[in-house]
Amino acid sequence: MADFDIASKERDGMGPHGTNVGLLRVLGPAHVWALGVGIVLVGEYMGWNFAVGKGGAYAALVACWFAGILYTCVAMIDSEVTSTVAAAGGQYTQAKHIVGPLMAFNVGLYLVFAYTMLEAANAITAGYLISEVARLSGFEGTLDQRPFIILSIMFLAWLNYRGVLATLTFNLVITAIAFTAIIILFLSTTGIVGTSIMQHADLMSGSAALPYGWIGVLAAMHFGLWYYLGIEGTTQAAEEVRSPARALPFGTLAGIMTLLIAATLTWYVCTGLIPWEFLGDGLNGSVAPLFTAALLTNSQPLVWLLGVGTLFATLASANGCINDASRAWFSLGRDKYLPGWFGAVHPTFRTPYRSIVFLVPIALAFALKAPLDQVVTFSILSGLLNYTFMPLNMIMFRKKWPMGSITRGYEHPFHPLPSIVLLLLCAITFFAVFLGYGTQLVAMIAFYIVASLWFHFWRYRFVNRASQFTMPWPRPKGY
Amino acid sequence: MSIWNYAEYAAWALSAVFGLYMVIDWLKTDSTYSEEVLTSSREGELEAMTEAQGGHHG
Repeated sequence: MADFDIASKERDGMGPHGTNVGLLRVLGPAHVWALGVGIVLVGEYMGWNFAVGKGGAYAALVACWFAGILYTCVAMIDSEVTSTVAAAGGQYTQAKHIVGPLMAFNVGLYLVFAYTMLEAANAITAGYLISEVARLSGFEGTLDQRPFIILSIMFLAWLNYRGVLATLTFNLVITAIAFTAIIILFLSTTGIVGTSIMQHADLMSGSAALPYGWIGVLAAMHFGLWYYLGIEGTTQAAEEVRSPARALPFGTLAGIMTLLIAATLTWYVCTGLIPWEFLGDGLNGSVAPLFTAALLTNSQPLVWLLGVGTLFATLASANGCINDASRAWFSLGRDKYLPGWFGAVHPTFRTPYRSIVFLVPIALAFALKAPLDQVVTFSILSGLLNYTFMPLNMIMFRKKWPMGSITRGYEHPFHPLPSIVLLLLCAITFFAVFLGYGTQLVAMIAFYIVASLWFHFWRYRFVNRASQFTMPWPRPKGY
Repeated sequence: MSIWNYAEYAAWALSAVFGLYMVIDWLKTDSTYSEEVLTSSREGELEAMTEAQGGHHG
């Protein structure tokens, strides 16, 4: 690809095979970083602390490390496959090329559900945050959160509708501010700048160390995912980056490094300032732990900074989710896995506009009608199914197209170790989820089985089989 | 009325503006361009072009 100008204005997104209007190739590695980190960083601002409630502060740290290993494997595997299968749809397109149509259909659904549910959860959170600002500013009535929830979704959908460059540049700015806020809080509270106010020794000794023993550590794994959930979303930008082979691995790996730093700093600051019982209760205790930590510093600038950081992280996540869910839905439509009508691209804005608009009422319905914990659980479970697919996909990819048979933008080291580790960690996390949300897990798997039957016995006859395999690769080994 | 009550009305109004913008533009686009043009996007066009230019990889 090196000799071909993929940023060419004349041929940008348009080719000799029938594309008149395609997605626009305008993004760079920074946008990929902003997409991945933007979706995830809200998990540092809220959500991860439920892991503390499950097993105490140390359990949350162990979960942070193990989930960190899980997601490092995800980022490495994703970087290799998606820098080679550079098309919108991310893991859906990977599954289509490497495993087969039924797997691809399921993965496409995992992606759309994971991102749409997360978008709904973020909108609910944005509404809550604005009502908290109203309360703190002295408003005595009860603020109606609904218009703010709807506005968050409508504004971000409109931004996505108007073009990918503005959407992800917006994400870059607000994600960078939210990440910088965590760094500043860490520097200001740990003694690097000024005096340290950390009290780890007092807050984590005796029975507070591991209040529920090792089973608590296992249970904490469920919410340990929250530190990093969504980094795999960078792959959805594959058809809109100027240089997929360079930008996707660079943006994704820089993203997971950023998140490992942010997760560790967040854990350190929050557990050093907030008692674990309060920190671990994300509903009635510390809803937004970094903001709670800022309140405990008694510094007004830090309170404002972390308040803005919390809101920006929430909006960045919802924004990235709209981008990713619409690309996955668009790809399913383009290949006729869903009605081909969804595979349309806007001739001026060059975005999958029908998919963006179609998913808006679905996100609104979940944001306004469903309880937050159920929405979040459905998102996590769909994500987890996707992570279970990834190592199997990677092993098949290397087997069918061994090293040297095709050019890869990035080759991840130590294969098959990351795939095996990822598979093991997924199994542990499934068990941890089963401990807390067994009914939802069974219900969701039943849903995907019914959807698979529908696809196999009905929908597959409409699939555009000629476009199943679009990459210019040699015949797979053994075929 | 508090400023927050006005903010509620403003949020409803802005939501409607963004929603209407998307729906109106969507209908306008669908009626201006043919379905063949709008759904002409094909996966792998870039890669196909790269192959056509002599099989350069990188």
